[in-house]
Amino acid sequence: MKTLYKFFILFTLTFSLTSCISDDDSLPSIVNPEEVITTVSLTLTPETGGSSIILRSFDSDGDGPNAPIVTVSGDLETDTIYLGMVLFLNETTTPSENITEEVQEEADEHQVLYTIGSSLSASITPTDFDSNSNPLGTSIRLSTSSPSEGSLSITLRHEPKKPNDGTLLDAGGETDVQVSFPVTVAN
Amino acid sequence: MKFIALLGALMLSTIGIAQDCNYTLSGYIIDLHDNTALEDATIILAGSEKQIPVDKDGKYTITGLCKATYNLQVSHPACETQAIRVNLDGNTSRNIFMEHHLETLGDIELKAHLHNSKSKTATENVVAHTYLESNSAGSLGDALKQLSGVSSLSTGNTVVKPVIQGLHGSRVLLITDGTRLQDQEWGVEHAPNIDINSAGEVTVIKGAAGLMYGGDAVGGTIIIEPEKIPVKDTFFGRTILTAATNGRGGTITSSITKSYNSGWYGSLQGSLKRFGDFESPDYILSNTAVAERNFSGRIGINTYRFGLEANYSRFEKEAGILRSSHVGGAEDLVVAIQSERPFIVAPFTYDIDPPRQEVTHQIAKIKGFYRFENLGKWSAQYDYQRNNRLEFDIRRDSEDTRPSIDLQLETVSLKTDFEYTADNTITAKVGISGNYQKHFPDPSTGVRRLIPDYQAETFGVYMLGSKQWDAWTVEAGARYDYNRIVAEKFYTTSLWEERGYDLLFQEWVLQEFENQLLVRPDLSYSNVSATVGSSYDFSDKTSLSLNYALATRAPNVSELFSDGLHQSAARIELGDLSFDQEVASKFSLQYKQSGTNWSASIAPYANFISNYILIEPTGIQQTIRGNFQVWEYRQTEARLLGVDFDAQVQLGEHWDLQHQFAVVKGRDQSRNEFLINMPSANTRTTINYHLPRWKNLHLSLESNYVFEQNEYPLTNFEVYLPQTETTEIVDVSTPPDAYHLLNFRGDIDFALSEKNTLNVGLMINNVLNSSYREYLNRQRYFADDLGRNILLQLKINY
Repeated sequence: MKTLYKFFILFTLTFSLTSCISDDDSLPSIVNPEEVITTVSLTLTPETGGSSIILRSFDSDGDGPNAPIVTVSGDLETDTIYLGMVLFLNETTTPSENITEEVQEEADEHQVLYTIGSSLSASITPTDFDSNSNPLGTSIRLSTSSPSEGSLSITLRHEPKKPNDGTLLDAGGETDVQVSFPVTVAN
Repeated sequence: MKFIALLGALMLSTIGIAQDCNYTLSGYIIDLHDNTALEDATIILAGSEKQIPVDKDGKYTITGLCKATYNLQVSHPACETQAIRVNLDGNTSRNIFMEHHLETLGDIELKAHLHNSKSKTATENVVAHTYLESNSAGSLGDALKQLSGVSSLSTGNTVVKPVIQGLHGSRVLLITDGTRLQDQEWGVEHAPNIDINSAGEVTVIKGAAGLMYGGDAVGGTIIIEPEKIPVKDTFFGRTILTAATNGRGGTITSSITKSYNSGWYGSLQGSLKRFGDFESPDYILSNTAVAERNFSGRIGINTYRFGLEANYSRFEKEAGILRSSHVGGAEDLVVAIQSERPFIVAPFTYDIDPPRQEVTHQIAKIKGFYRFENLGKWSAQYDYQRNNRLEFDIRRDSEDTRPSIDLQLETVSLKTDFEYTADNTITAKVGISGNYQKHFPDPSTGVRRLIPDYQAETFGVYMLGSKQWDAWTVEAGARYDYNRIVAEKFYTTSLWEERGYDLLFQEWVLQEFENQLLVRPDLSYSNVSATVGSSYDFSDKTSLSLNYALATRAPNVSELFSDGLHQSAARIELGDLSFDQEVASKFSLQYKQSGTNWSASIAPYANFISNYILIEPTGIQQTIRGNFQVWEYRQTEARLLGVDFDAQVQLGEHWDLQHQFAVVKGRDQSRNEFLINMPSANTRTTINYHLPRWKNLHLSLESNYVFEQNEYPLTNFEVYLPQTETTEIVDVSTPPDAYHLLNFRGDIDFALSEKNTLNVGLMINNVLNSSYREYLNRQRYFADDLGRNILLQLKINY
């Protein structure tokens, strides 16, 4: 019994000496998330020339609690054709990463889909295509008609069904970006 | 020795004074080490020199006794002879435990429990070896579901976490061969890293009464023990082959054991499992294939005086996660919930593509014991565990084959205990344990770490004991644990401020970056747990036990540190650094009664948990990727009330009927609403037919009815869909309908030679090919559960 008691003492001592959380560990390195998209912008330039309208959504903390800030630089003109270029950026890294290029490189697996609110008199047709000649949608042609207001949504889908009818429901896949802009078409 | 015992017995004997002499003393002679009945024992009633017969179940009955004190001399060819003194004051049942040491009765097909019961007064259930064998192709979580009060929380059909009386995750301890499994059990989609084929027997303690294993078993403890190896010159093995139609795959498992009279033994076991995509009744569940490779080996010596063993086990599993369950944000989720079929149904394949997980768990261990004559047994154990977990999500860039989550958890533990064994009416155990843990999430994934780098240590000390007085048994125990966890974690500055951590924990900030902070939280917890219980045998057919258990659980790393998007769950999960420990007070009662051809047990319980940590949807968060559901952990006062019921009736010579029912009701007392994710009531009825004279034929048909869970909190939310320009309710709360499953099982034995038998089994799960969804399956939003599965199993003992 005595040896046993001694053993317990010894054991407890060993424990208190060995099981110490080390302090001098090197600190973990920061991860700047690579999958994050902070910025979506659509630059619309009138086909006949003139000043561009920029639709931009910026979410400084990616998936963090801050909501994205949505800005539209101005109204679109009636009965005008605009050429549009969409840009996806990850600005949590310096320099910022251009995600549009990544989407274009893997065009077969991506598609940018546009949804125009029923009250807005405008239509969009994609002007770039993947290797199977299915629409990709990083560049577009937007035509406006009568004065109106409504939403324009840009959705980037990963692994959508291709070909599809251009609607989100038919395309399926996973949403990588989804932003809605309030747009006005005015004289 | 025998002579001295006999002499002692003679000297102490008291001859009953002539009076009302019609009392009966009965009981079982039980092997102290493994609780098996000893059939060759001899009992002599001292004074009368009358030899009492002991039947083959180890039972003895002495009739015509008077109110007096009797002395029995109990002997057995393989045991030390004992003198037992009994005060008789009425019909008495008394079990006699013997120190059986010359050889261990660990035969391969023992009907009784191979191992000691774990608690004397708490509700516990055992899954027999034969049942584990017939579930060779399944998972541990599936096999445990056959016990009343045990259900599962799953992600598809290959990631299955056990739920005990409504509680899961870190509240359920898994003890495998004496080692507490440290396999990142905090994750909902993390199934226990256990090969079901390596288990000899599984015991489930429903509650925190298993104090020697840990004080934080708010839900319960699952104890997995390997097969006992007999101490004799023998060589035996077993191979089980199972082929299944659903998943178009199968498993093979083999084990061989060699042991010697000297006590030396060695054993090897391995299993392979491979399945392709599983199928629901109407479609293929694309990307649900699974592969498993497991191996374990042990070598050691086991004598009466001492034992020493070294063993190693490796568990490796690769599992696909249903492709359609991988969604972007809430907009995708609403479409998935509203659609009857999963979005992606591809042709059958064995390929395992992202999203998938790859886990490896290794345990290396040395353990030993030394027995002190007439005092007890001292045991010690050292083990090292390494858990590697890789989760591959679907990345935007498909060329990028890096995992999104790459975690390594290493744990070293050391423990020792002393068990008093000198008096067979007393059990007593004291022990201490400690462990050190280091977690490393690899930053090269390019994804923010879900669980941070951390180091943790725990130190525990406990004592517990029980005492038996005739029909009464009283049990009590207490345990103290100290936990400390030091993490190094990056928080996004916006979240740190939004949670108010900048006011509470700013002193932990080590470095500030552009939009992230490096923080070093240092948290420690002192946890007290205890149990007290009593049981009373009214007769050898009726008993009642009552147990109270106090459990204290420190918050786990997921509850503390979750801080953002969990892509595989498509939700934002938020933990809280300021959580306190969860403290549970559980009262459980068990009443058992049996008749000549029936037995029944009813076990109600009430579990009051203060600071209960739960995660539930709290809203949506707008991001550039669309809207995400936010799931937040919070603490509340919870109350779980439930009852488990088991009954068995023998219907004639060949038929028997088994029935069980379990229900648990969870209530959030603070908010006065139902608790989320409580298993629904379910009932299981099995009719068995057994014809021993024709190839030992067994047939059974099981009916399993799972009720609809009608008690749940409403956590739906709304999201705007640009396509339809409508705001839709995302119904994440409504549980699926009730369902009914029929399962068939049949098997026969063929004697190949004197020693070898071949057992052929046929099983059909979901005989009716019913389409159903289970409330506690996280993929219920996306797809139906498994359809019919026909399994053929060959089992050879050699």
